[in-house]
Order: sequence, then structure tokens, then C-alpha cells
Amino acid sequence: MDTLLQQIVNGFVQGSVYAMVALGYTMVYGILGLINFAHGEVVMVGAMVAMSVIHLLIGSGLPPLLVLLISLIISMVVCMALGYGIERIAYRPLRNAPRLAPLITAIGVSMVLQNLAMMFWGREYHAFPSLLPNNSHRLSGAIITEVQILIVLIALGMMGGLLLLMHRTRLGRAMRAVAENPSAAVLMGVNINGVIAITFMLGSALAAVAGIMISANYGIVHYYMGSILGLKAFTAAVLGGIGNMRGAMVGGLLLGLIESLGAGYIGDLSGGFFGSHYQDVFAFFVLISVLIFRPSGLLGERVAERA
Amino acid sequence: MIASKSSPLLQVRNLKVAYGGIQALKGIDIDVAPGELVALIGSNGAGKTTTLKALAGLLPSTGKIHYCGKSLQHYAAHQLIQEGLVLVPEGRGVFARLTVKENLLMGAYCRHDKSSIAQDMQHIYQLFPRLAERQMQLAGTLSGGEQQMMALGRALMSRPKLLMLDEPSMGLAPMMVVKIFETIRNICAQGVSILLVEQNAKLALEVAHRGYVLENGLITLSDSAASLLGSAVVRRAYLGS
Ligand SMILES: Nc1ncnc2c1ncn2[C@@H]1O[C@H](COP(=O)(O)OP(=O)(O)OP(=O)(O)O)[C@@H](O)[C@H]1O
Ligand SMILES: [Mg+2]
Repeated sequence: MDTLLQQIVNGFVQGSVYAMVALGYTMVYGILGLINFAHGEVVMVGAMVAMSVIHLLIGSGLPPLLVLLISLIISMVVCMALGYGIERIAYRPLRNAPRLAPLITAIGVSMVLQNLAMMFWGREYHAFPSLLPNNSHRLSGAIITEVQILIVLIALGMMGGLLLLMHRTRLGRAMRAVAENPSAAVLMGVNINGVIAITFMLGSALAAVAGIMISANYGIVHYYMGSILGLKAFTAAVLGGIGNMRGAMVGGLLLGLIESLGAGYIGDLSGGFFGSHYQDVFAFFVLISVLIFRPSGLLGERVAERA
Repeated sequence: MIASKSSPLLQVRNLKVAYGGIQALKGIDIDVAPGELVALIGSNGAGKTTTLKALAGLLPSTGKIHYCGKSLQHYAAHQLIQEGLVLVPEGRGVFARLTVKENLLMGAYCRHDKSSIAQDMQHIYQLFPRLAERQMQLAGTLSGGEQQMMALGRALMSRPKLLMLDEPSMGLAPMMVVKIFETIRNICAQGVSILLVEQNAKLALEVAHRGYVLENGLITLSDSAASLLGSAVVRRAYLGS
């Protein structure tokens, strides 16, 4: 088996998911200058809701692909409402408060969502029902499943769509204008609160899809899955340059690759001392290195320009 | 001027603005008639920017602001552009990471008539050929003068009725200032009313019909631009002679 190629494939799949979640962090940061630490929890809720919907529909005789589609849509809608609610309740009242305040409410919201999810879905691991045939393909030595191919394709499609939205539409222009100069955007007639709400909803919709992707890939969901994933996606956003959307995409893919290659070779490198379960170390190693050596990230040109 | 006697487009009465405990505007009255070019002059910190921001709904204020016969009390700041009340802010407020074309399109954000937006865009490009050459350039890479042209063009893209300009001459070379003021006069000649804030009092009063002098949050003089230009007080305080 070709380890290198296999790790690259795995890293690319995982990186697509990171990229989708990282976009949510970066879009909100770009527009509000705030890290939405509850974002990882939105991913978890997306996965949980999808799981529940699939369980409800799975015996109904609907074709599996349709079940998947319905669960995807419901999960996206729920997450968009959740993202909207988080902004409305936890951030908007603190729009002009010192920066520490929304950071604290973000952590609070995160804890509330985790605990609600635990009460609702329990603290045990759940199997994420697999709806797609578990076929896999050989790619000159590496193995890639159809689910993984689908994950990468959907992620690329959604990210491409998002870039088109940002650069080719009136809404996208308004979002970029608000991110850059909110008071000038107001003078152009942009309803800032509306644009901010849409930003949260878009990010949350991506999070829902990412949640389903990662659950479908690993076949497992858990009420706690959002926190580590959120932290890694945040790392990806910082790596790419927080506030920069292309950066989030690049950072996500890169982090996926680093992690996967790291996990694949850490055993050899450390003479068997560390196993591949140490893969989480790499994300934080990356985070710390970026913060020390290049805080503006790979594609970011500015750090905290708005005081 | 006769214009000031006709029913005003903008009528401001007893406008007050405070920043925390500091009263920046202490109750001022301003009128702008349709088609009129009114200058608001005053030294640093007099409250000129504060006045325009309050009129644009960016600052909470008390007093009466009537525009087109309506009170603006219940309008949010972002709704005013649809009423034709448009501010080009101090420092121009360009979107540096949007292209010139995208900036102009932001000016037409509230309009939905695609074909007439495109026509207006061509009109702006005729007015400022330099912008046409730089359509796809990021606005942040424009020179100060080009940015001012773009900010003016962007405001025109909204088809304003009352255009408020905050120090359009700031930071520009003399040649560019002449060009900008010529444009302002032309915009007014096409029927757009203008409320012009300037430190460069001489220039402002030369293009304006009427003027107000603002000092420490109060209007201390108001007259036709010609009389203000001739007034000894104004000459001493603002024209350096
Ligand atoms: N955000 C603010 N907070 C507190 N005080 C302010 C604020 N903005 C303006 N001021 C004060 O209000 C007064 C009027 O300021 P304003 O900006 O309106 O002056 P201006 O006439 O536009 O001056 P300039 O010609 O320098 O632009 C000044 O004393 C200023 O210090
Ligand atoms: Mg000023």
C-alpha cells in the first residue's frame, strides 16, 4: 500500500471539511472582527439533526439519496436558524461592547449548545447511518471511497459557489463592502444588520454540510464533536489568514494534508514512540507556529486593522 | 438669493448633537432650497462633520430635520439614500478592496433598473475618464484625487436630490481641487442640491449660492455667498486677509 498517496487522499478529504467550517469563522471575522467560537457547535448540531432525520425517514421506503438530500436540507435550515439566533442573542446586543464580551458569550453559547445536545441526543457515540453504497476505488495505490469523492466534490462546488456569490452578485458586493467599511456601506443604503445575519446564516449552512460530511466519512457522531473540529477549522482559518475567504479554503486543505501526513509518518519519525492518534498535535503545532511567525496567515494582509 | 425663499428641500431647526457630555452642536438652523448650493464653513472642530453625520442619520440628534416635507425622525441611516439624501463622508469612504466599478455599483445598491444603472455608469465614465480607464483596478490603489472623483461618481450613481459633501478638497493638489469644484458646480447646475462642507472657505463660497458660518457648534453668520465673501469678519477669520 502506498502510504504517501493514501495520506494525501485522506488529508484532502478531511481538509475539504475543515475548509467549509473555516469559511464560517473567516466570514464572521471579516465582517464583525469577532471569533464566533460557537461555530463548531453548529457543525455538531448539523450532524445530529441530519442523523435524526435520517433515522426518521430511513424506514419510509424513500430512496436513500432522497433521504440524504432531505436530511441535508433540514439540517441546513436548522443550522441557519441557529446561526441567526446566535448572532441575534449573543452578539448583536454586544456590537459596541469591548471585544472580550462577545468572546465570553461565544464560549457561553458553545457550552449551552453542547449541553442541550447532550440532553437531547445523549452522551454516547452514535453511528451515523450510511446511506450510500460503501464502494471504493483504487487510485494508483490509494483507496478512496465514493463518499469521500462526494465530499470533495460537494465541498469544491460549494466553495466555488460561495466565491461566485461574493464576487459576482449584489449581495456579495454588499458583504464585502460591510466587511471593509460598515459606515460607508450604510451610506450606500446597505442594511448592515441584514448583511450580518445573512453572513451568519451562510456560514452555518456550510457548517451543516460539513457536519454531515465528516459524520458520513467516519460514521460516528457525538455531542462533543464540534469543539475539536471547530478548533481545527479555526486553526485553518488563521493559517490561511483570518478574514480572507480564499485563505480559509487554502488553510483548510493544507491543514488536512499536514495532519494526515503527520499522522501517517509520526510513528516512523519518532521510532514508534508516538502513534497516529497524536494527529491532533499537528493542528495546534500549526496554530502556534502561525501565530508566532506569521500572524496574518498565508493570504492575509492585515491583522486587527479595526481597533 | 431667491432660491432660499421657495419651499426648502431641507429644513433643519435647533439641531443638537452631544458626544457623551460634550455638546458638539448646540442648536443650529439650516435650509437648503431645491437646486441650491449651500456652503457650511468653519474652523477645525466647529462641528461641520458632526452636522452632516447627524443629517445622514449616523449620529443621534435632537431637533427637527425636515426633508422633502417629511420628518426624518423615523428613517434609519441606510434608508436615506433611497430618498435621495446622500453623504460623501470626510475621507471619502471608498471601499479600497472593491474595484472602481464595484464601488460605483455600490452607489446604485438601492436601484434595480439595470439598464439605466448602466447608462449612468457610462455617464460617470464620461465625466471622469480616468475612472473609466481604471474600472477593474482596486479602489485602494487610486490616487487621492481619483478616489475623490470615484466617491463623487459613486454618490451620483444613486441619483441624489441632496448631495452632502464633507471636505471634497481635502488632501488634493490645487489642479485637482479646481477640477472637483468645477464638477460640483456642474452637478448642481443639473438640478442636484448640494450642502458643501469645506475648510477652504474661499473656494466654497465662490461656488455656493449661500453660506453658513459654524463656530463651536453654533451658526454665527448666514448670508449669500457673495456677501460672506465680502464680509470683514469672514475675511479675517477664514480667508486669511
Ligand atoms: N466621536 C467623537 N467623540 C467625541 N467627540 C467628538 C467625536 N467626533 C467629534 N467630536 C468633537 O466634536 C467637535 C466637532 O467635531 P467635527 O468633526 O464635527 O468638526 P469639524 O468641523 O468637522 O472639524 P474639521 O474641519 O477638523 O473636520 C470637536 O470638538 C470634536 O472633538
Ligand atoms: Mg470635519
